[in-house]
Amino acid sequence: MSRSKEAVAEAPSNVKMETRGVNVFYGANQAIRDVDLDIADRSVTALIGPSGCGKSTYLRALNRMNDTIDGCRVEGRILLDGEDIYDRDVDAVEVRRRVGMVFQKSNPFPKSVFENVAFGLRIGGEKDKDVIAQRVEESLKGAALWDEVKDRLQSSALGLSGGQQQRLCIARCLAVWPEVILMDEPASALDPIATAKIEELIRELRERYTIVIVTHSMQQAARVSDFTAFFYMGELIEYGKTDLMFTRPSRKRTEEYISGRFG
Amino acid sequence: MSNTNRPLLTHTHQEFEAELRNLKDRLLAMGGRCEQMISIAVRAFEERDAALAQEVIEADRQMDEDELAVDEMAVRLLALRQPVGRDLRFAVAAVKASTDLERIGDEAVNIAERAIEMEISDRLSPPRAKLPEMAQRAGAMLGDALNALVEEDAAKARDVFEQDDAVDDIYSQVMGLCIDYMRNNPSRIPDGMRICNCAKYLERIADHATNIAEMVIFLVEGRDVRHGHG
Repeated sequence: MSRSKEAVAEAPSNVKMETRGVNVFYGANQAIRDVDLDIADRSVTALIGPSGCGKSTYLRALNRMNDTIDGCRVEGRILLDGEDIYDRDVDAVEVRRRVGMVFQKSNPFPKSVFENVAFGLRIGGEKDKDVIAQRVEESLKGAALWDEVKDRLQSSALGLSGGQQQRLCIARCLAVWPEVILMDEPASALDPIATAKIEELIRELRERYTIVIVTHSMQQAARVSDFTAFFYMGELIEYGKTDLMFTRPSRKRTEEYISGRFG
Repeated sequence: MSNTNRPLLTHTHQEFEAELRNLKDRLLAMGGRCEQMISIAVRAFEERDAALAQEVIEADRQMDEDELAVDEMAVRLLALRQPVGRDLRFAVAAVKASTDLERIGDEAVNIAERAIEMEISDRLSPPRAKLPEMAQRAGAMLGDALNALVEEDAAKARDVFEQDDAVDDIYSQVMGLCIDYMRNNPSRIPDGMRICNCAKYLERIADHATNIAEMVIFLVEGRDVRHGHG
C-alpha cells in the first residue's frame, strides 16, 4: 500500500472527484507523487502545505490547467463523477466549465461588471439577451456582490475594490454553472473584512458546489473547510476531517506544520 | 517519513515556545506546592499541630494566585497564538488541571482545619491510623500524574487510574473502622466524624489526581477518556 493510501483515514461518503495514483511531472522533475485523494461532493476541501509542496500543481491537475504548461505531464486517474477528465475523447474546455477556477490575484477583464460575468456565456455561444441578463444577476447574487454593484453594472470592473473584484471573479465562474470550484489562495491579497466576506461566501457556495481551496493560512483552512489535505514534498501526508486535523492530527509532520514548527 | 519516534520539532516562533514552557512550569510548580500541602496537612492532623495547619492555610493563598495565573496564561496563548493540535490540547488541559490542583489545595486546607479541631487524646484511634497510608497513596497519585504530565507519558497516566481503586478501598475500610469506633465510643463521635471527613478529603484528592491523569491522556493522545469514554 502506498503512503498516500495509508494517509486517507476518513474518506468522504459522497465523492465528486476521485484521484488515484496521481503523478505530475514538470519535465524531469516530479512535483506530485502517487496521490490518492477523494474530493467530497458539496463540501469544502482545503489543500495545505509549505510552498513547493505541490498543492497548487495538484489543484491545477483537477481541471487540466496544467495542459497549458509546457513540459507538464499528468499520470494516474482523475475522475469527475466517475469519468476520467484526461480521457482522449473528453473536451478540456468542457472540463474547465464544469470545474471552474478562481485565482490568487483577482483578474477581471478590462470590461464592465456585466460583461465580465457574461463573458463565459458569450464564449459558450449564448445569444439570448434575457438569458444572459438573468444569469448575470443570478451569478452576482450567488457571489454576494449583487447589492453592491446592481446600480453600476455598466461601470468598469477595474473600479471595484480588491474584495469586490475577487467576488466578481467568483460570479464569472458561477455564470457557466460549474459543479466544482477550485480556488488558489483566493483571499491572500485581501484585507480581513474582504477576507471574511470571501470566507462567508465559500461557506454558502458549498451548499451547491464542490469547492477545493489552496491556502497558506491555517486559520482560513480551519474556518472554511470540511476536509483538509496536507501535502509535503509532493506527497499527500494526511487527509481527514478538518476538525480532527486541527485538534489531533495523526501524523507528526502534519502536527508540526499546522502548529508552526517548521524545522 | 512522518511517523518517526523523534520528538516534535520546537516552534519556529521562539516566544511561543517559551510561553508554552512557562505555562507548563507554572502548572508543575503549582502541582509541587499541592504535594507539599497534602503532606503538611496530614502531619498537622497526625500531630495536631496548629502551626503546621496554619502553614497549609497560608499556602492555599498562593494556590489561588497560581490558578488565576495559569488560566490567564492559557487564555492569552489561545487568543494570541491560536494553537492547534497538541499545543491546543495542552492549553485546554492546563486550564482544567489548574482547577483540579486548586481544589486539591482546598482539600488540604480542610484537613488542616479538622486537625485544629481534634481532641489531643484521639491520637491512637484505629481509624485514624489508616489516614497516613491514604495520604501517602493520594500524594503518590498526584506525583505520578504530574510526572506523566512532565514526560507526556500516557502509560504513566493510566497507571494513576489503577491506584485510585486502591485509595477507594482504603476509604471504605476507614469508614468501617470509624463506624465501629463511634459505636463503641459515643462520646468520641465528633472526632470520628472528623476522621471520616479527612478520609473523604483524601479520597477527593485522589479523584482530582485522576482527573489530571485523564487530561494527560487527552494531551498526548487527543482522546477524552473522562466518564468512561474513549
